[in-house]
Amino acid sequence: MKNFKLAAGLLLSVALPSGAFATDLEITHWWTSGGEAAAVAEFAKAFDATGDKWVDGAIAGGGDTARPVMISRITGGDPMAATQFNHGQQAMELVEAGLMLDLTDVATAEGWKDKVFPPSLLDACTLDGKIYCAPVNIHSPEWLWLNNKVYTDLGLPVPANWAEFVASAPQVEAAGKVPLALGNQPWQSNLAFGAITVGVGGLDLWKKVNVDKDMDAAAGPEMAAVFQAAADARKLAAKSTVQDWNQATNMVITGEAAGQIMGDWAQGEFAVAGKVAGTDYTCLPGLGMNAYLSTGGDAFYFPKLADPEKEAAQKRLAALLVSPEAQVAFNLKKGSLPIRGDIDMSTANDCMKKGLEILASGNLLPTGDMVWSPDVQTQAGDLMVEFWKTDMSAADAQAKWVEILKTGL
Amino acid sequence: MATPARKSRVFRNLNAKIAAVPMIFCSMVVFLGFSIWTVVYSFTSSKLLPKANFVGFDQYERLWSNSRWLVSIENLMVFGSLSLIFTIVMGFTLAVLMDQKIRFEDTFRTIMLYPFALSFIVTGLVWQWVLNPDFGIQGIVRGWGWESFAFDPLNNPKLVLYGLLIAALWQGTGFVMALMLAGLRGIDEDIWKATRVDGIPTWKTYIVVIIPMMRPVFITTLVLVAAGIIKLYDLVIAQTSGGPGNASQVPAMYVYSYMFQAQNLGQGFAASTMMLLSVLIVLIPWAYLEFGGKKHG
Repeated sequence: MKNFKLAAGLLLSVALPSGAFATDLEITHWWTSGGEAAAVAEFAKAFDATGDKWVDGAIAGGGDTARPVMISRITGGDPMAATQFNHGQQAMELVEAGLMLDLTDVATAEGWKDKVFPPSLLDACTLDGKIYCAPVNIHSPEWLWLNNKVYTDLGLPVPANWAEFVASAPQVEAAGKVPLALGNQPWQSNLAFGAITVGVGGLDLWKKVNVDKDMDAAAGPEMAAVFQAAADARKLAAKSTVQDWNQATNMVITGEAAGQIMGDWAQGEFAVAGKVAGTDYTCLPGLGMNAYLSTGGDAFYFPKLADPEKEAAQKRLAALLVSPEAQVAFNLKKGSLPIRGDIDMSTANDCMKKGLEILASGNLLPTGDMVWSPDVQTQAGDLMVEFWKTDMSAADAQAKWVEILKTGL
Repeated sequence: MATPARKSRVFRNLNAKIAAVPMIFCSMVVFLGFSIWTVVYSFTSSKLLPKANFVGFDQYERLWSNSRWLVSIENLMVFGSLSLIFTIVMGFTLAVLMDQKIRFEDTFRTIMLYPFALSFIVTGLVWQWVLNPDFGIQGIVRGWGWESFAFDPLNNPKLVLYGLLIAALWQGTGFVMALMLAGLRGIDEDIWKATRVDGIPTWKTYIVVIIPMMRPVFITTLVLVAAGIIKLYDLVIAQTSGGPGNASQVPAMYVYSYMFQAQNLGQGFAASTMMLLSVLIVLIPWAYLEFGGKKHG
């Protein structure tokens, strides 16, 4: 099904007429799940309609698999025309090494500075006053996804926050369901831990540790409570044996599991499965405890190419990705929030509206990818996956975690 | 520098030596040169791109205090010793059974060797499915009515290495068997006749006479299998991706993950230098036994 959609998208891109000065651009990304492929097909369609051609270079297996491929192609002298990264520090060294195209003129012409909201998104693309990436969406990882039917079948109210979710877990487990679905990959454990930090510890603690990099707070009793909460949560995920995040989401969709901590990209999977937000499933931003969202997301970077014609096409693509029409079409399919506040998202569903409200209220924080280097993120992922899948004590995990954060100071 | 006697040796077989120059150049630059470059840069704080800012042994200190690396090393030791012992014992036993002048030997040999024709990726995926609790062995046995049957090694941190071991043995034993069989076929028929005349039982002949005679075959097998174990990567990626948790991590995965995912070349180089060191630890005794021994003997 996944492949079929992708193939259909590709076919569409071939079938559309191309103009006289058509340029082929190869674009790499890791959007391969059902909802993601549908969303990226919207970009391809819009770009092909302008007369250029979107050559899709999807890399399956998630960002951790795709990024090494992208980076070695760029550093190895075989750059693609555009590539997805999570904006933040992932592509920073490539920009510093002068391998990325400067988009400042496009940004000025299109007025990105006034239109991109929140402005922190553009800041993450900026180095020495020059803009190097086009943000396309906002994704926040701090969401709890619940299958309503699991709870109504048991005669329980659908939990409204993390505390209620944990309290109802024993009954869910007694009914032979997995309370919390969690994929096996390190980044998913790291994400779940980050969400619990914001949900249980609160925003101030998160900012103190991750933005101000206060190591005393990281080693302090408030963080210890967060680790304890995570240690309790891992018992709920003990019977979850899947690898990929969308497999875990599928457990929630089919009612095999009651809930999952996952970013708002999970919504695309619910949409593809034909589920309705509010009736079939419930989404709780900030785990329902603290209504905060982090403004992570995806951005496109454009490696420098020797061909001036391609460079012009790269800039056309950059302008298109941020344009209002493409933003609406893409984000509605993707289930992510648009990067500009001046467009009409009235067709958004229940969950996206919750997100848009929080976005408008300004309860925002940066993501781990923005404040920590990939090195720290990888180490933290290694620690978290070990913590979630073994019986490592909360105190040990906290001590190791502080050591890891210190390597990134 | 060279004495006249040496000089004549240098120019002997000149054509062959000239022909070998590209190969020597390649191995010098590609193997030796790049290895030295890697070792040198493992002492730097290189991130995504190599930079020559030296930091001493910092990368190594961090490496040896990282629990994922320590787990990887421990896994490699356990997996390595078990897989070494089992492939050689099982491979030799199978070869001996094959060598009993049985009917359809070719057929059996082909069947045994077939798994070796599959890549580790395919092997890993096949065994991931076989050991999957829902579709694999556990699911089938439960389907027969034995509801409480549990066999789920890949999701149990304590058993996952044995799940990998099963796949590795399935894949590798046939190859060892083929090597051993070649060794057995190289044993002179007269030796068998002599032991039969002396009335030595067959099993004793194998242990006391044949195995010592097959020493070179055993050493070659040992080196091939050991080198394969140290670079173990694709099987784990396909079968468990290092999970559950970090329970089936191996050093090669650590190297890849830190060089490319964490964008920390220095750390990745330090880990790969440790891997190079362990390959040398395997190879040097072998080279000594194989080549050093002949000089004296």
